[in-house]
Amino acid sequence: MNNKYKVVLAIIIFAGGWIFGSSNNEAPVITSSVGGASYEGGFESEVTVGAVPHRSAAGSIHIVSPGDSIQAAVEAAQPGDTIQVMPGTYSETVYIDKDDIHLVGVIQNGARATLDGLGKLNDAILYSGNNIIIENFRITQYKGNGIMGQAGNNFEIRNNVIVDTGIYGIFPQLGTNGLVEHNVVSGIEDAAIYIGMSDNIHVAYNEVFDSVAGIEIENSRHAIVEYNNAHHNTGGILAFVTPGLPIKTTEDVIIRNNFVSDNNTPNFGAPGSIVSGIPAGTGILVMAADDVIIEGNIITNNKTAGIIINDHSFAPTITMDVQSDPNADRTMILDNVMLNNGYDTIPEVVAVALTELHIGLVDIVHVGPSNGSCIINRHRYRTVGIGDYSECGFTNTDSIDSYLLAGGAQPRVIASSERGEIAYLGVCAGCHSYTGRLIGPSVQVIQAMYAGNPQGLATYINAPIKKRENFPEMPAQNYLDPETQLAVAKYMLQVNN
Amino acid sequence: MTKYLINNKANRNAFSCIFATLIAMSFTLAQSAESTFALADKCPPSFALDNNNQCQLRNLYQLYDSLQDRGLGGLKTALPKHRDGFSPQQIDLGRLLFFDPVLSADKNLSCANCHNPTLGFSDGMDRSVGARGQVSQRSSPTLWNSAFLSVFLWDARAHSLEEQAIGPLFSDKEMANTPEQLLSNLNQVAAYPKLFEQAFPASKDALTIDNTVTALSAFQSSLISLNSAYDRYAHGDAKALSSHELEGLNVFRSFVARCSQCHTPPLFTNQQVAVIGTPEPAGLPRDVGAAETFNAKRLTGGFKVPTLRNIARTAPYMHSGRFATLREAAEFYTKGRGHAVPEGEELLLHWHISDPKLTDTELDRLVDFMGALSDESFMPKTPNQVPSGLLNTSTSLAAALEK
Repeated sequence: MNNKYKVVLAIIIFAGGWIFGSSNNEAPVITSSVGGASYEGGFESEVTVGAVPHRSAAGSIHIVSPGDSIQAAVEAAQPGDTIQVMPGTYSETVYIDKDDIHLVGVIQNGARATLDGLGKLNDAILYSGNNIIIENFRITQYKGNGIMGQAGNNFEIRNNVIVDTGIYGIFPQLGTNGLVEHNVVSGIEDAAIYIGMSDNIHVAYNEVFDSVAGIEIENSRHAIVEYNNAHHNTGGILAFVTPGLPIKTTEDVIIRNNFVSDNNTPNFGAPGSIVSGIPAGTGILVMAADDVIIEGNIITNNKTAGIIINDHSFAPTITMDVQSDPNADRTMILDNVMLNNGYDTIPEVVAVALTELHIGLVDIVHVGPSNGSCIINRHRYRTVGIGDYSECGFTNTDSIDSYLLAGGAQPRVIASSERGEIAYLGVCAGCHSYTGRLIGPSVQVIQAMYAGNPQGLATYINAPIKKRENFPEMPAQNYLDPETQLAVAKYMLQVNN
Repeated sequence: MTKYLINNKANRNAFSCIFATLIAMSFTLAQSAESTFALADKCPPSFALDNNNQCQLRNLYQLYDSLQDRGLGGLKTALPKHRDGFSPQQIDLGRLLFFDPVLSADKNLSCANCHNPTLGFSDGMDRSVGARGQVSQRSSPTLWNSAFLSVFLWDARAHSLEEQAIGPLFSDKEMANTPEQLLSNLNQVAAYPKLFEQAFPASKDALTIDNTVTALSAFQSSLISLNSAYDRYAHGDAKALSSHELEGLNVFRSFVARCSQCHTPPLFTNQQVAVIGTPEPAGLPRDVGAAETFNAKRLTGGFKVPTLRNIARTAPYMHSGRFATLREAAEFYTKGRGHAVPEGEELLLHWHISDPKLTDTELDRLVDFMGALSDESFMPKTPNQVPSGLLNTSTSLAAALEK
């Protein structure tokens, strides 16, 4: 389209908008968000402090000084212990495959324990255990992630400074009940803080900038993102359903009281990555996520739009997933302060705006079908595509402090007798049959040796010694905890077929 | 006729010869074997027999939870929901059927031909060979841990063990049978009607296609592999992995290699479809894969993420066996996003297909780690003889391969 034609079209549209607009110039519905009804949330929230349960007894403290290995301290630590890392530079990947470890950087006169990946190491800190705290580190120059969790429940990641490091700054995945707060994260080629496939999450008081995405809540439920400062990213705060992931929904996300400004950084995401499709100048982006509440944010100077809500069809580079609902349903927009957004928007938004004869700034744009969405005080904003939004039946989220679980996510409770059966059938039965030799001796032979002595059998399986010349040596079953070892010994001594 | 044969020894022998040539190996063998086939009344290892004569799976991952009960996560994470509850007799009948070539139209192929226990329940070939020597489009996937799957086959078109089992039986390119012919063949084997009655005592008509498929599913659900060195590490033995394997685990789960994002523990698959853009065998066109299943162009070249458990046993790798070794398969991921996609072809590659620039050492460690996912301690027994008496070609094939 040549420029002359564009100008003519714009004038016609502008005139049309003025004419049609003036014919519909009723007094707006003004709703006070002070007091009034609160959103009740999709989750029964409880008053709670932190995400990691308090320890009933203090464990040992392991001090790590420059020149020492943090990983060696992790390996020496028992669940319940704390590792204190003194200021200085450490170049290693730390992985925590045990529960209840607090990994704490010591800050002295502003100097931090710094993990430096030297541009060569993959990730700074990986954890898979439950009840993990990681705080006060400076992390830089890793190729992968700064801090990455895989399935650990009850985690707190706080007060870390993460600079110019890899794909994600902080990335807990597949965990329940986590707190990410007071971190400063910048220069990340995907999301500075990325909550992936997780439940009951609180992201607060973080500063995220100079990254492709500031904070991303993806395929997760019951998350609150509040009091963060997301600025100078490509996109500020995102709530996504990414198709093709095994957990399919994003639901019940409250994005409130954040600063979301100047997110106009050119997109430097890796080709093919999901965030590489985010247009520079995006304040808040809701894609296919349901029950997202946007409240009390100050959203300024984002050139594409302040808030974009879209379905999967608006993102042509993502995969097809029949199990993934493509629509953003029940978006709820309460009072926000929105200034100077959409001043240099993308052709796709222009095209949608033109269908409503809208030109100029865009605070809020919704593309694609949406069921049950609502807004209050819509007259304040420059909006596109929200004609079917109703008035919300509430004006705030004051009754919800947190979606964190009081006391933390609890481990599965398995009775000791059941543990015995599980371990016997799941492990022992591969080598021991009731009668006759399989790989090890028969259960009947073992029963005769250890009759009335389950503790003796438990001691043996913890650290077996070679007893029979023509049998292979039994591998130690010391990965079973003492309770399970005794339970399986008792179980083995009473089986009868 | 019978009377005549009994009275005439020479004629009887002649008839036996012709009969065997025409129909099968040895009818008399099957007759005499009738009494020797009794079905197990105990469950295979890892299963508890409950009061309803059903085998219930027990494994250490049942001590843990998982997010949204989806069986995905890290070390101490529950597995996905599984199939169990078959009777010991159904599982054992399934085992006999699995190894019995009588299931195929020409009575030459058993399930075990393509799912050979000595080859990780795969067949060691790039693409499987079906009836009349037809080379199929894809490689034979392992059956280990299929009890935990909810999506089956490379193109993700089946959603239960039963659906998956019935496909090869009646596919012209695989076992090439028909329901009528299969029932007729099974009924001609003296032992089967009684074995089916034992396995399905509540059925009026026990020998049916449905019950055949149930028994095959029951057997497959019993193929449990959860006691590898990796598993001992996951449950808490910090020394279970060698230093090389542990380094490999950290590469595997790092966000540079990103292997664990799709091959997610504890099953080492997230059961999703991914387009990764591996090359097809020379001269063959692009296999569209899941694009056909879902009628979606975006999924062209998409295949179900396979489990990596016992992966060291199932070379060659990828949907058409394009890579001979695990090292080559791992190396594919570090040669650059889309490097093997022919110019001009557009594939919507998965977002985790990136350019990780793994070092040679890291690739070696990945191979070490994948080797730590091997466990065949619950290997079922291959029957010495199957009810039809037909030659069990899979075991002779395995013997030949071992030579």
